[in-house]
Amino acid sequence: MPATPLIAYAHVGKSFDNGRVVAVDDVSLDVAEGEFLAVVGGSGSGKTTLLRLANRLIEADRGRIAVEGEDVSRIDPILLRRRIGYVFQSGGLFPHLTVADNVGITPKLLGWPQAEISARVDELLDLVRLDRAQHRDRLPHELSGGQRQRVGVARALAAKPRIVLMDEPFGALDPLTRDALGDDYRTLHRELGLTTVMITHDMTEALLLADRIAVMRGGKLLALGTPAELAANTDAYVGELLRTPRRQAERLGALLPRDGTA
Amino acid sequence: MSDPRWSEALAHLPDYLGNHVRVSVAALALGLLISLPLALIARNRPVLRGTLLGLASIVQTVPGLALLALFYPLLLALTALTATWLGFSFSAFGFLPAVLALALYSMLPVLRNTITGLSGVDPAVLEAAQGVGMTPRQSLTMVELPLALPVMMAGIRTAAVWVIGTATLSTPIGQTSLGNYIFAGLQTQNWVFVLFGCFAAAVLALVVDQLLALIENGLRNRSRVRTALGGLGIAALIAATLVPAIARQQARYVVGAKTFTEQYVLSALMAQRLQAAGLPTTTRAGLGSNVIFDALAAGDIDVYVDYSGTLWANQFHHTDIRPRAELLGELKTTLAKQDITLFGELGFENAYALVMPKKRAEELGIHSIADLASHAATMSIAGDYEIFSRPEWAGIQKAYGLTFRAQRQMQPDFMYAAVASGEVDVIAGYTSDGLIAKYDLVALADDRHAIPPYDAIVLLSPKRRDDEVLKAALRPLLDKIGIAEMREANLRASGNDASSSPDAVARWLWEKVGGK
Repeated sequence: MPATPLIAYAHVGKSFDNGRVVAVDDVSLDVAEGEFLAVVGGSGSGKTTLLRLANRLIEADRGRIAVEGEDVSRIDPILLRRRIGYVFQSGGLFPHLTVADNVGITPKLLGWPQAEISARVDELLDLVRLDRAQHRDRLPHELSGGQRQRVGVARALAAKPRIVLMDEPFGALDPLTRDALGDDYRTLHRELGLTTVMITHDMTEALLLADRIAVMRGGKLLALGTPAELAANTDAYVGELLRTPRRQAERLGALLPRDGTA
Repeated sequence: MSDPRWSEALAHLPDYLGNHVRVSVAALALGLLISLPLALIARNRPVLRGTLLGLASIVQTVPGLALLALFYPLLLALTALTATWLGFSFSAFGFLPAVLALALYSMLPVLRNTITGLSGVDPAVLEAAQGVGMTPRQSLTMVELPLALPVMMAGIRTAAVWVIGTATLSTPIGQTSLGNYIFAGLQTQNWVFVLFGCFAAAVLALVVDQLLALIENGLRNRSRVRTALGGLGIAALIAATLVPAIARQQARYVVGAKTFTEQYVLSALMAQRLQAAGLPTTTRAGLGSNVIFDALAAGDIDVYVDYSGTLWANQFHHTDIRPRAELLGELKTTLAKQDITLFGELGFENAYALVMPKKRAEELGIHSIADLASHAATMSIAGDYEIFSRPEWAGIQKAYGLTFRAQRQMQPDFMYAAVASGEVDVIAGYTSDGLIAKYDLVALADDRHAIPPYDAIVLLSPKRRDDEVLKAALRPLLDKIGIAEMREANLRASGNDASSSPDAVARWLWEKVGGK
């Protein structure tokens, strides 16, 4: 593990409704450069809050969060968000803007020249494997769910961030699209040397894509580790989360024996 | 189309339509200028939002005519204040009060739709705007407003149609509009004018609505062509009404007229005389009784005909009644203090009179108002919109102890038919009205002199005090119009044919009183 983590949470806490609801409770967590971290938990576990604390979509009550070594509370939140990619649940695209304008939005906010933005948009459409000519000038409602999410990924990468935050990015997609998109993103993550934090409620997806997995429950960080480390964890809730992927793997292994030998 | 009233109506169209478009556009622009920022400020403040929408709704429940009429005294008070404290004054007449009242009227749909449109933006999209690094202002201009625009445009369309429709009611406060057709037509029973005015206003509203719909459609479907076409259409409409107005900018004489037939005829007569003397002249007809005097004093109109008793009782609040010469002398002095010239009398009197069918009066043995008093408790009376609230009415009631079973207000031209048919028993009519003879009615004698004299008098505004050309043009009318001529002129004007337009009757009257 490298010396300076790219994202560092230290004793971070956040509560809502004047302290009645504790969303994140004393969480400390480092994300190393180049790492792909999945944060898994049920609804209300605090996983989305934890993610949004990193680019100050939500402000922390307690503790310290550092991004690229800098305390985020000392960075202008607008500038902070422009240098961190963010992929929203089901895309979060601007319905009145074309694919090209959606993808180019952060560079535009950063004041890039128009020609440079245009070239970057083409490059990104290639990266997320969308045909330029066919999709550039379309509006989001003219795209399929998978295509929308590809545009969402392209938009997050537009301003060449080192960090990408993803909020259940593939949750609303059909299994095939989801699998293809997950694989494609994993490739991008590796090739571009990104540091990714992905929220998901699907342990199987987390196991397949992430280097390490953080398990959240009731605002607390319950477990953190590689799939193998998690498998060795004795916590009942962690065991429960792993039961479904295990059973699926066993049954699929039994049902599709040739796949296992390929 | 062979009816000359159509061509007369058409001749007024550039003036009336141009003014109508100008006042509507100005009102709508002002309304938007106020409503849009207010909506932006209020959208995230529930208390302010509720208050604003509540106030705008209350404004909407005020009848358009009343709202317009209220702005006149308000501005009059304001201009008096600025004149005292800031050393300048402005015209409280016509354009300004009309624009302010109509702007207020346009606010509800714009406020409501802007707030609804903005609050209808998907929260996920707002989150995304924040997430990609937009400032709150960028989020508003790049995301929220564009997404809310179709809903906002729908509100603007509603406001535009309301404003164009309600602008027809700005005629009585001195703003020329398509309402001039409607008010003049109603007063002189010129149904061609009424229809023409309604039709023109409806067509204008439809055209503007469709142009705005085109813009809305363009915005909704992100079609620049449609948006641009709609915008061009609106711009062309405004330009078309501005060009003639700019070309016509010159010193003009304005003749005022109140809201009844005789006034339309007399203002047309005076306008014809001024034009014959080479003075460019327009008329502002259909002005309210209280508006017209203030408009003269402020110089918004130059000349009009009023009645001595009306000024005596209503403008100067006298409750005593003087003999006619004494009253005129006193009036002249009082008016001079306000720098208003009582130029002279026309020669006839148009007094209020209690009028009933001759036959019925004879049956009941009623010859005077005193005779009527014993029957009044079982009778109903009709009058115009002002009489029952005027001080003269209180004077009559007091002098004769009159109490009627019922009081009704109606359009003056309909009263005579109503009393002739027995719909009501008595009416408060006008002695110069030709319909008294036409329907075989009788005006009851006022033995106790409770009704003041109502000599028709010509009043000149302060700035025309020494205007000899104007005076020379109007002098031939003084002391020339007798009650018989005026009655016949009024009767002619209340007809419903080509020769009954105020202009035609005015020409007839001019020949009758010794013109060429």
